[in-house]
This record gives sequence, C-alpha cells and structure tokens, in this order.
Amino acid sequence: MKLGIVGYGSYIPKYRIKVEDIARVWGKDPNPIKKGLIVNEKSVPAPDEDTATIAVEAGKYALKRANINPKDIGALYVGSESHPYAVKPTSSIVAEALGITPDLTAADLEFACKAGTAGIQMCMGLVGSGIIKYGMAIGADTAQGAPGDALEYTAAAGGACYIIGNVKGELIAEINDTYSFTTDTPDFWRREGKPYPKHGGRFTGEPAFFRHVINAAKNLMEKMGTEAKDYDYCVFHQPNGKFYIKAAKSLGFKEEQYKYGLLTPYLGNTYSGAVPLGLSNVLDNGKEGDRILAVSYGSGSGSDAFDITVTSRIEEVVNKAPKTVDLLNKKKYIDYSIYLKYRGGIKI
Amino acid sequence: MVVRTWRHISERYCLIGTRCKTCGRIYFPSRNVCPHCRRKGKLEEYKLNGKGKVYTYSVIHAPPKDFEKVSPYIIAIVELEEGPKITAQIDCDIDEVYIGMPVEAVFRRIKEDGEDGIIDYGYKFKVLDN
Repeated sequence: MKLGIVGYGSYIPKYRIKVEDIARVWGKDPNPIKKGLIVNEKSVPAPDEDTATIAVEAGKYALKRANINPKDIGALYVGSESHPYAVKPTSSIVAEALGITPDLTAADLEFACKAGTAGIQMCMGLVGSGIIKYGMAIGADTAQGAPGDALEYTAAAGGACYIIGNVKGELIAEINDTYSFTTDTPDFWRREGKPYPKHGGRFTGEPAFFRHVINAAKNLMEKMGTEAKDYDYCVFHQPNGKFYIKAAKSLGFKEEQYKYGLLTPYLGNTYSGAVPLGLSNVLDNGKEGDRILAVSYGSGSGSDAFDITVTSRIEEVVNKAPKTVDLLNKKKYIDYSIYLKYRGGIKI
Repeated sequence: MVVRTWRHISERYCLIGTRCKTCGRIYFPSRNVCPHCRRKGKLEEYKLNGKGKVYTYSVIHAPPKDFEKVSPYIIAIVELEEGPKITAQIDCDIDEVYIGMPVEAVFRRIKEDGEDGIIDYGYKFKVLDN
C-alpha cells in the first residue's frame, strides 16, 4: 500500500536580523562569519509568536492544500526543542486550534533538530498499519543561541507541517521508504532549566552531523538501489550553509539538485523546522515524477532519511497556500536591540 | 485565569460563534439565545472563516503592562465577512493600516500569566494574503 504526503504547509515569521548587526555588537568582522557559515541573515519570531503559533499557521496551510476534514486526522505530533511549556503539550494547543480535537492521539517530540521528521515516521507507521486515516507531523522551532555564541548568528524561527495519508488519488508525493541512523553522540545539548544550549564546537562536524547524515543517505540509497543521479532534488539538515553543501557534494549531488532545499543563507537554522521547510520549498518547485532524497539530522544524534516521489496532484495544490519562498521574501529587518527585546533579552 | 482561558478556547482559537437556524443571524462571541427570535430561535455552533476588513482602529501608544513589548500597536474593530464585528490587534506597521483594509485571522500569543503561569493564545489579524 502506497502512503505519502497529502498536504504540506510552511510558516516563517517576518522579522529578520542580519549577521552584520549581530557581529557589530560583539566586535566581530561579519565577512568571515558570513563566508564561513554561508548565512547572511536569520528569521526572528515576533514577541507574540512561538512554536505553537508557528505550528498552527503551518498546519492551516497544510489543511488548505490537503482539502480534508480536520476531524479525520487521528494523530498529531509537534517536534521542537523550543516548546512553549516545559510540561504541557504544544500538540494539544495545535490540535485544538486546527479543529482536530478530541478524537486523536497527540504528543510533543524532542530530538534536537530532527523531531519533525521523527513525527512523519510515526504518522507513516500509524497510517500504514491502518490505525488512523491521516496523521499530522509538524517540525517547528524558535531556536535560541546564547548571546555572543556562534549559534546566535544562525538560531532562527520557522516550521512546516506534513499530513500523511494513503488514500489513492490524494497523495501529493509518495514516500517510497524511510531509514534512520541513530547513535549516542553528545555534540549539542541543553540541560533542564538552562535557557541556552551548549555544543561541542568542531565535534559537531565529522563525528556528529556528517557521520549521521551521510550514513543515513547512503544506507537508504543502498536499500533503494539508487545513486545520487537518480534523484531530481535533495534536502539535508542545514545548521549552516557550509555543512549542507559539503554533505550534498560528498554524496555526489550537484547544485541543481540541492539548491531548492537550501534555505539557511537567508533564513538561518530553524532546527526542527529546517528539513521540513527545505522539503516544502522543493515540493513548491516540484513536478510529477520528481524524486527527492530528504535527510534530517538531530544532535544527540540521529538522521532520518526519506525517498520521495512527487505525483501529478502537486500542480493542483501548490498555489492553495503561500509558497515557502514567498514567506521567506516577506520580511522586515530589525536591529540587535529590537531583536533582544523580542527574544526576552531585556527584562521589563 | 486558567479557567477563563480554557472556557473561551473554541472562540479564541477557532473563531467559533453561533448561528440562529431560524433567522440565520451569526453571533460572535457565542450566544445562548437569539435576541431576535427569542424562544423560537435555535442556535448552533458556527465557525467563522476569519476573513474581514478593518471597520475602525486606534493606535495604542500607552499600553497596559502585558503589551509593552509590542507598543505602539493597532487595535481595530474588524468586520468579519459573516457580519459580526470583533475587537483585535492588527499585525502590520502603524502607517500601513487603513479603514477597509482586508485582513485575516492568525493564531498568536495574547498574554501570559507571569513567567510561570498559563499562556493565553488567541486571534489577531494580519493583512490578507493575496
């Protein structure tokens, strides 16, 4: 039985801060940072936005594209590392706001930056086994980097939602298979009660991001009997532009395959939202028969890989909700002091 | 605040009001009795589509404490497509708003009961997507 995506939607807050503005405050030269990270600016949530509000807006757009009764959704998972409450689910807020309650199972997921794709896999299991008709998985974050830390240049806000189903004729894209690669690799963490995460600096590279992303991609391609050239597009987790491009090239992908999935240079790292948002931009530009390799990465560490084929229904639904690039281009720049106020750095 | 927030979730999250099956009038917030049809009226839940236009507005420069971070901001009366008029914040620049501006509801944080209290979510409005 084929299953896949019946609706998708994305949401990006409108505020942006440039790398130059952050670097100026800390007395750094912005050019090596921009060149090193391949990041020019990042999104910033408004004071009245958080993971729940981003998830709801992305969910509304996904429902518009899917054109299904929200009451038919039997599971909702919100993956994030910035849930508004430490204890009290984001997923129940989102389910209520989207009119999905009360006949569903819901839970918040956390696996650093890959909790959104873990939700897609959980929905695939429930839909594939016939337990539910549709499942909704959302990856969204309002990521925080400690002031002055390298992460401050990239930690951004945004998210995307995927509705998984298996009703013939409703699929926008078939998910041909999925594979995950998981180990205990402590490259990035945030302890209970602490406001900002810590990371292992250079350790986040080869033994963490690259080992997991590349193994997940290679092992899925081996399982499917495919090579990089068999895919029209690819999307990888993107803590910065440099890691993304290096991973894509080392797997044999070319710029025309990886360009639509890469949003970080003008968005920053939206953590759990990163691969879901990159994939939404690929789908916005997709056509029938396009094959996509999507590989997320969550510190701690794991990667979820998906082999996806776009169906003809994409053309019917793509314009029913805002495209990701339109949300990305709708922006208002703020300076560092407003950024601090919006992110809670100024106590009133 | 917990119970008050919870009691209004369907209205604040989903813009669910009531419609009188007898006369067709739509009410928001919900009513238990249709003031026109009285005992002949029969009310049912009705989900508003969240689209409307700015009926009138005011720019708030001296906000209450819960809204200091977003000051100055716009409070408007929005006339919804189905008829009811509701008061809400508009998310746009203060020099961008005008009477008659098409808007649509968005889901946002409204306020919170301190750092360790409940978060109040609800509707605000933004400029309608083209």
